[in-house]
Amino acid sequence: MGFDQIVFYFFATVLVFAAFMVITIRNPVKAAMFLVLSFFSAAGLWMLLEAEFLAIALVLVYVGAVMVLFLFVVMMLDINLVRLREGFGEYLPFGGLVAILLVIEMGIILSVGYGTQLPPAAHAAGYSNTRELGRILYTVYVYPFEIAAAILLAAIVAAIALTLRRRPDTKYQNPAQQVRVSRHERVRLVKMASEKKS
Amino acid sequence: MTPYLTSLAPAYPELFVFSMACVILMLDLFLSEQRRFITCGLSLLTLVGAAALTLQNFGAAGSLYGGMFVDDLMADTLKLAMYTVLFFVLVYSRDYLGSRGMYRGEYFVLALFGVTGMMIMISAGHMLTLYLGLELLSLSLYAMVAMQRDSVPATEAAMKYFVLGALASGMLLYGLSMVYGATGSLDLAAVRKTIGAMKPDNMILIFGLVFVIVGLSFKLGAVPFHMWVPDVYHGAPTSVTLYLSTAPKLAAFAMFMRLLVGGLEGLAESWQPILTILALLSLAVGNIIAIAQTNLKRMLAYSAIAHMGFFLLAILTAGPNGYGSAMFYILIYVVMSLGAFGLVSLLSRPGFEADQLEDYKGLNQRHPWLAFLMLITMFSMAGVPPTAGFYAKLLVIQSLIDGGLVWLAAVAVMFSVIGAYYYLRVVKLMYFDKPTDSAPITAGTDVRVMFSLNALALLAIIPWVGSLMDLCVRAIRAIV
Repeated sequence: MGFDQIVFYFFATVLVFAAFMVITIRNPVKAAMFLVLSFFSAAGLWMLLEAEFLAIALVLVYVGAVMVLFLFVVMMLDINLVRLREGFGEYLPFGGLVAILLVIEMGIILSVGYGTQLPPAAHAAGYSNTRELGRILYTVYVYPFEIAAAILLAAIVAAIALTLRRRPDTKYQNPAQQVRVSRHERVRLVKMASEKKS
Repeated sequence: MTPYLTSLAPAYPELFVFSMACVILMLDLFLSEQRRFITCGLSLLTLVGAAALTLQNFGAAGSLYGGMFVDDLMADTLKLAMYTVLFFVLVYSRDYLGSRGMYRGEYFVLALFGVTGMMIMISAGHMLTLYLGLELLSLSLYAMVAMQRDSVPATEAAMKYFVLGALASGMLLYGLSMVYGATGSLDLAAVRKTIGAMKPDNMILIFGLVFVIVGLSFKLGAVPFHMWVPDVYHGAPTSVTLYLSTAPKLAAFAMFMRLLVGGLEGLAESWQPILTILALLSLAVGNIIAIAQTNLKRMLAYSAIAHMGFFLLAILTAGPNGYGSAMFYILIYVVMSLGAFGLVSLLSRPGFEADQLEDYKGLNQRHPWLAFLMLITMFSMAGVPPTAGFYAKLLVIQSLIDGGLVWLAAVAVMFSVIGAYYYLRVVKLMYFDKPTDSAPITAGTDVRVMFSLNALALLAIIPWVGSLMDLCVRAIRAIV
């Protein structure tokens, strides 16, 4: 067994274990952390496939942004776990059907010539998947790439235009005014003669 | 490696409009409510500037980014028509927006993003850019329809438009992926070449073609994919209806030309029967259901469906004359639709939508000039000579007869006669009924002058019908 196979089995085992924990563990924060672990393992597998860019993007985007946001939501919202677990039996037949279909599909793929195709030739050392992607993205596909950026901008403008609403009765703080406050606005010093406890 | 950024000159208009949209987006943050007119003025100036840039390079063929962007006579003509139409749309909608709390910078920025999207579609030489342009346009339109947040019909319209639009995009993409699978290319010129060398009854190609047509028909609003049209036209604020019933039709025409003719013309024998069914259903459903409407915006929506049927008839003749008459038809239709919805926004005032047919009773006594202009617009929509609408219909029918499709021409004439009923009913209400509404018409002088120009153009075009048709046919020859 070569070194990369050892690495593969290691990451694959961790991935399957973490994915299993995500759906079985009761604590949602722990489940989210296991999801992070499974993302890391999947990124490791992609590294083995010479898809560095995808691996980095997975870690940066999913672990760095999406999961952090997800954790925030999980921690901030008071989720009633008992209610979430209701109706398990109700959905079981449907879920089971989907699972059986998936197993049959996997069986078809495995029985019809899986592994008969030769793996693609390995690239020379120093080959960079990220550079190749960047090269094609910024030359051949630069125009669609820029249009996609324009679509994102339009989506941001649209989302803000549709949700931002200034209500006249909203109470909000004005930090500039708060910073400019001086002592005499907050504390009143009263001069008085000392008194003696009687 | 060949350089992909030699000279951006053919794409200057797109770059200019998009940069200006970003400038306006930033500038608007620093403008107070009272100085919002600067945003509006700058948006209008952007359209004028883009028109100047397009005119500078008018008719010159060129392509950029390895054929993803193409510039030809058809693109330039459609772009110029689009700028003009949008200039009118923005002027008409100013007062309407102001009285409904929608006079905001984002409205103009989204409108300009939509313009960019349409320009990208019109100049697309690649399925990827065509689709991305369509998404840029659609996204801006969804947001503009939903902008009036407190209005239930507007929200409902936006929801329907968004869901059905997303579905249509999915269909279109699925079709495009099938075409890619069969030909191995997304570039329309390459697809055309590959199909030319293939057998025309390739199963995957036909399969993809059907989905492409379904997606296109959704976007165009042809029966049986028209369900969203009446609800969206009716529910959207009138200024947005004005926008989405005019300029996007030009972009839709470009999409038909680039995809069906520019890319898939080798499959014409397969798409002709499909378009025949769509066209006949659109003519029938549009014209017959329009009769039952009591709301003018809804009636015009069904009329739009019927007009799209006519447009499809012109496309399905599959010859340069047919495509030319389709282009002529869509150019004239856009001017008519602009006039009709323009009057609705012009007669609306704060707290009152002039969208019921009742509201037009006795318009002749309230304001004879406006009633006369509406008369021209309605006559043109019905196809009464000597208005431009008559010539548009005539040219389509002529190309049908030249193509040997006499029975289709007869059906088209029959449905035009049915359609004349509801257009003439508006005229009857304006001229022969007593007014029920006596409020003064508040529209400003500039808007009235623009509206007069808009409606009179339908008469003034008559001496140039021949040269305009000539231009259309030349524009089509540039792409096929």
